[in-house]
Amino acid sequence: MQIVSQLLFLAALAAAIYFFSRRAAGIRRSIMLGRDIDLSDQPARRWNNLLLLAFGQKKMFRNPLVAVLHFFVYAGFVIINLEILEIMIDGLAGTHRIFAPYLGSLYNVLIGCFEILAVLVAVSCAIFLVRRNILKLKRFISRDLDGWPRSDANYILITEIVLMLLFLTMNTADGVLQTRGAAHYPVTGSFWVTGAFQPLFEGMSDSTLTAIERGAWWLHILGILGFLNYLTWSKHLHIILAFPNAYFARLDSKGKMENMPAIQQEVLYAMQPEMAPTEPTGTEVPKFGAKDVADLTWKNLLDAYACTECGRCSAACPATQTGKALSPRLIMMKTRDRSEALSRGEQDKTLLRDYITEEELRACTSCNACVMECPVSINPLDIILQMRRHLVMEESSAPQEWTLMFSNIENNMAPWKSSPDERDAWIHA
Amino acid sequence: MQIKTMAEYFAEGETPEVLFWVGCAGSIDQRSQKITRAFAEILTRTGTRFAVLGKEEACTGDPARRAGNEFLFQMMAYNNIAVLNNYGVKKIVTACPHCFNTLKNEYPELGGQYEVVHHTTFLQQLINDGRIKMKEGGSFKGKKITYHDSCYLGRANGIYEAPRAVLEALDAELVEMKRCGSRGLCCGAGGAQMFKEEEKGTTRINFERGREAVDTGAEVIASNCPFCMTMLSDGVKETGKEDSVKVLDIAEMIARDMQE
Repeated sequence: MQIVSQLLFLAALAAAIYFFSRRAAGIRRSIMLGRDIDLSDQPARRWNNLLLLAFGQKKMFRNPLVAVLHFFVYAGFVIINLEILEIMIDGLAGTHRIFAPYLGSLYNVLIGCFEILAVLVAVSCAIFLVRRNILKLKRFISRDLDGWPRSDANYILITEIVLMLLFLTMNTADGVLQTRGAAHYPVTGSFWVTGAFQPLFEGMSDSTLTAIERGAWWLHILGILGFLNYLTWSKHLHIILAFPNAYFARLDSKGKMENMPAIQQEVLYAMQPEMAPTEPTGTEVPKFGAKDVADLTWKNLLDAYACTECGRCSAACPATQTGKALSPRLIMMKTRDRSEALSRGEQDKTLLRDYITEEELRACTSCNACVMECPVSINPLDIILQMRRHLVMEESSAPQEWTLMFSNIENNMAPWKSSPDERDAWIHA
Repeated sequence: MQIKTMAEYFAEGETPEVLFWVGCAGSIDQRSQKITRAFAEILTRTGTRFAVLGKEEACTGDPARRAGNEFLFQMMAYNNIAVLNNYGVKKIVTACPHCFNTLKNEYPELGGQYEVVHHTTFLQQLINDGRIKMKEGGSFKGKKITYHDSCYLGRANGIYEAPRAVLEALDAELVEMKRCGSRGLCCGAGGAQMFKEEEKGTTRINFERGREAVDTGAEVIASNCPFCMTMLSDGVKETGKEDSVKVLDIAEMIARDMQE
């Protein structure tokens, strides 16, 4: 009997790892659809960002209360994974609590800590559900999330609560079985949290308790393996991608726009023709700006996959707050959706117009509020500005006032209609 | 006002301490010209040897670049850098955060490397060095003032403290809006919005910001940017409080209350 359960476990684990790896490779391919950009400079500053922004969740602490709750879930997730290691070994080797004899009384302390964390995770997730569904915080009831994204968020929170409850149920039943000296249940001593709940299970028979313990054990680990795969199709992917995203975050001043060396060169040759190469250097016509996800950088696409749709960007965006069509969160969601669709072979559409409208792009004030707020180092502004470059330089599509502004700058050296001769008139006024 | 140009200094074989980059709004827009004159007056009264480019100055290209016209930006940058490098300019001060950002962050990789300071930082240094001394019981003493962070000085370049430090010299009561510092709400003009009609929405960004500023009960809204100045002035007008709430640039406030 034992060998059957071990084989089942092996099969479940292998399937989970197989599907996860396949999907991870797919996501990697989607991100690599973006054009190349070298972000390998200044490793020390990048490691620092990784530590502060990802591990330390520095930006989350702009709102300390939520940050603490989120930190419980994050720490719980990371630390309880140590317990998953034991569960994996037990499942494969057919043992039970294999670490217990080696760790002695420390084992009980560890499990006690995990239990406390499990309670904190469950409580935090419950509060998050309340914030989303009962308190109805503005950024959560926003139309940005209509349909799947709103359900996705709730499924994640509910799953996390269920997983924690399964873990606690398993330990409670285990604890009772231990006190009865049941076979296969090594005595570790009463657990910190579930020890208090043991009386609830005292009246049950050994076989019922074993069924509860085994049932909870299996559901817990299968749930975790399932969740591992679910998250790759969900906004929850941020728990993985927030880390590389922090490492590859922009290091320049937020106000600096990415230079376009091709155009810089072109202008140089126009101004100093003697600098221009005498022979044509290639037939490739460079593309200016971004019309589709392949024109964006891989970091822009990594941003899109790292987005957890929390909406802090849109809550701070002056355009969103004044009812414009633009929502930086939607810019990221649409960029991800288009990357996914392009990977699946959607050839007849583009990010511009089929996903993101000109009106959205035109509403941006480049104020950097979205960039400032994002806890996982996403830069929606960079995408907007690249798409504006495409509109103006590839399609000559600009509002009439902008066209006028361009010609004023070109002819009058100022965006307004005025004579360059009057530029110093203020001195004599 | 007697102000020397770079060309005049150059002709005399001299170099000024700093170049005052006026910017298009400061040169042309009537309201912003007052800011320019106030700052030039401060520079003159503190004995700062400064120059302007005068007719040789041109748009940095910021609005063109942010609207998406990189060609035009690169052309403007090329010409401006040629002029600046020709005069061997080392240090630039400007009263426009957009010019500040472009000169400081975007010109270096195009060949234009200068020490660039925003006028609020420059004013803070003049105060710290004792070159500006404020009158006792100036016109802002005890008055409620709120400060609007411009995006290109604040979030874009992380300068939040210098302007506030300058305002402290006025001995006024600084009241912050809820959205201030790195959370400051944009005035609505950045990203070339200044030059086009706002997209349709439920309200205008400057109305929203004007309302927020007026709601602090401040008599003066201090700004550091000519675009914010325009937007906030209209925003205050929308609330009908333009007679009791003034929008002033920090340079204007200092010029008014500094000792002779």
